[in-house]
Amino acid sequence: MNLLISPSPHVHSGDTIEKNMYGVLIALIPAFICSVLFFGMGAVIVTLTSVAACVFFEYIIQKLLLKQQPSVFDGSAILTGVLLAFNVPSNLPVWIIIIGALVAIGIGKMSFGGLGCNIFNPALVGRVFLLISFPVQMTTWPLPQGFAGSYTDALTGATPLGMLKEAVKSGQSLTEWMAAGTLPDYKNMLLGNMGGSLGEVAALALLAGFLFMLFRKIITWHIPVTIFATIILFSGILHLCNPDHFANPLFHLLSGGMMLGAIFMATDYVTSPMTPKGMIIFGAGIGILTVVIRIFGAYPEGMSFAILIMNAFTPLINRYCKPARFA
Amino acid sequence: MLKTFRIGGVHPPENKLSASEKIQTLPVPEQVTIPLSQHIGAPATPVVQKGDTVKAGQLIAQANGFVSANIHSSVSGTVVAIDNITDAAGLPKPAITIRTEGDEWMPEIDRSGKVEHNITLSKEEIVKAIAAAGIVGMGGATFPTQVKLTPPPGNKAEFLIINGVECEPYLTADHRVMLEKAEEIIIGVQILMKAIDVKQAIIGIENNKQDAIAHLQQTASKVLGIEICPLKVKYPQGGEKQLIQATTGRAVPSGALPIAVGAVVQNIGTALAVYEAVMKHKPLMERIVTVTGKSVKHPGNYLCRIGTPVSKLIEAAGGIPEDTGKIIGGGPMMGRTMVNVDSPIMKGTSGILLLSRKEALREPVRNCIRCGKCVSACPMGLEPYLLAKLSMFNLLERMEEEKIMDCIECGSCSFTCPSARPLLDYIRIGKSRTGAMLRNRKK
Repeated sequence: MNLLISPSPHVHSGDTIEKNMYGVLIALIPAFICSVLFFGMGAVIVTLTSVAACVFFEYIIQKLLLKQQPSVFDGSAILTGVLLAFNVPSNLPVWIIIIGALVAIGIGKMSFGGLGCNIFNPALVGRVFLLISFPVQMTTWPLPQGFAGSYTDALTGATPLGMLKEAVKSGQSLTEWMAAGTLPDYKNMLLGNMGGSLGEVAALALLAGFLFMLFRKIITWHIPVTIFATIILFSGILHLCNPDHFANPLFHLLSGGMMLGAIFMATDYVTSPMTPKGMIIFGAGIGILTVVIRIFGAYPEGMSFAILIMNAFTPLINRYCKPARFA
Repeated sequence: MLKTFRIGGVHPPENKLSASEKIQTLPVPEQVTIPLSQHIGAPATPVVQKGDTVKAGQLIAQANGFVSANIHSSVSGTVVAIDNITDAAGLPKPAITIRTEGDEWMPEIDRSGKVEHNITLSKEEIVKAIAAAGIVGMGGATFPTQVKLTPPPGNKAEFLIINGVECEPYLTADHRVMLEKAEEIIIGVQILMKAIDVKQAIIGIENNKQDAIAHLQQTASKVLGIEICPLKVKYPQGGEKQLIQATTGRAVPSGALPIAVGAVVQNIGTALAVYEAVMKHKPLMERIVTVTGKSVKHPGNYLCRIGTPVSKLIEAAGGIPEDTGKIIGGGPMMGRTMVNVDSPIMKGTSGILLLSRKEALREPVRNCIRCGKCVSACPMGLEPYLLAKLSMFNLLERMEEEKIMDCIECGSCSFTCPSARPLLDYIRIGKSRTGAMLRNRKK
């Protein structure tokens, strides 16, 4: 009889990369459904294009450039595709999405050595590249128009954050401006019935995904909760100091890419710290940077930049934030 | 809220297939091979010669120094060889081979089933009797028991902790002993308390053995100072430092021994062996071994003589199943793979586990996705992913800085890794190299 020899342990939990990646994808389903309900076929076309392009580029790069066994079905390329799509408007032309996917996978991921080796979140690398290269298309937000809405000639308008920036610039009192009813109310913001990137709008659906991932132990609470807490605290203090000039914390929490970023982008395994202490520092950094960019920066939204900046700090955080030792 | 240790830990499937199987006594084998080194420390020195006749329970090899243990014959018969045998791992090991003739025991051994209650020996006499009986830690670590009972000068034990956790999946020998030998165990615990002069003993048992908890609670109710402590099920609760923290809340500092926080830890099987040695004059020559596995016909718990070939136990459990891919001495988390099933059962063999080829094969290794699951699983608060990487690059000072020597090799990191990375394999290599560097530095 041939007996196997190996050091212990001789059993394994059965956890796999696939279980985690597909788990995150399952957690994204509610937000995707909301997106389709609000933005119609555009959401489907953009998402499918992005996923197909990401998988295709990863396969081609692994097969032809790196001469590796392609590992596209581990779910990570699909996840990058979905997250990239969730971060762009639902009327974005197909060719721009394909460029974004090439940058996300090619530069954001494979140039560093593939899965597990990249420093920056690939989907965000793709998104920010597109935002800088195609500012018009990337900030032409379709308004929610229901399931039957069309892909390319949808009605467009500003996002709540964009409107806020304009209002502040024009020197209006925010208390009056918010009372005037130009903004969607909080119920609609919670459901996602507002302009924005296709996957970022439905706060409730994203929170449901968060609970699912916590339940399945795919991620821990540390990063998202710290981001929420920092945003509430920081924007809350500013709001209390001058409510006419600074929006309230609830508005910041429910607008822009806040939920999507905190729950799904910042928690990316590869680019976030390993220890709870590190995760809390990482989350706090993202929270502070997001508010700073939103309020004092040129862009109305700062979530993507905040996450990318903190991604760069992750190796440093890992170096200095050690887990609590046994004794 | 049940007590447990504070950080890390995993929940491997328990698979306690033989939990309800009563302990069966295995027939005396035709021949036994008794290795001279069944413990941590120096191998024992033989005191018999080829051709000598020996009785069961007779001393055949003497402890060689303080950290060593006596070895006794487990059968009566003739010494046929004192030579190297092939051990479970396939390596040569010195051993005494005895051909069985009849079953004559040393006359002073009390073989009656009567339970003796009166502890008449003094503290020093108890330690001496335990040393003479060759008792070692029965949980698998096989550290000579008398050494643990002699704290270094300046240290005083405050409590005795008895390990009835049996956190390894599959193994049930301790569980059965607690159910079937509760009275003897409690007396053994009292003897150990007297030996280290403490008033308090805590028996830690995981909550998946509620029958054992209830039974020992009832048995110990008449005795002052023995507390049964039910623990939340979590691996590696049987680790010495983890168990001390779970039962007392105290944390043994890095690099220190349990006595630093006033604790002495002994296994439940050791308590039984101590009872037999002190009250029945029986040296350590038998032990209870779980033979188990999902495809094994009759998984069970067997009382067998030390030196019995592993193959005899497997036969008793229904033979080696067709699909067997790996045979393990011990449990699936920390046990060692065997290549030689003719190798003998030793003092520290708590189980024989037969895994099917499918269960035993490791998954292909993938890239680290830096999920941090190994960090949250580590019960010592280390960063296995980092230690494994440092070990690959042989960065000794960095490994020392990152406390690699604190690793207890429980395997929680490798168990939990979604990329199936052999984290502990690398850490073991790094640990042995770092350990060598530290020893050289001392010189």
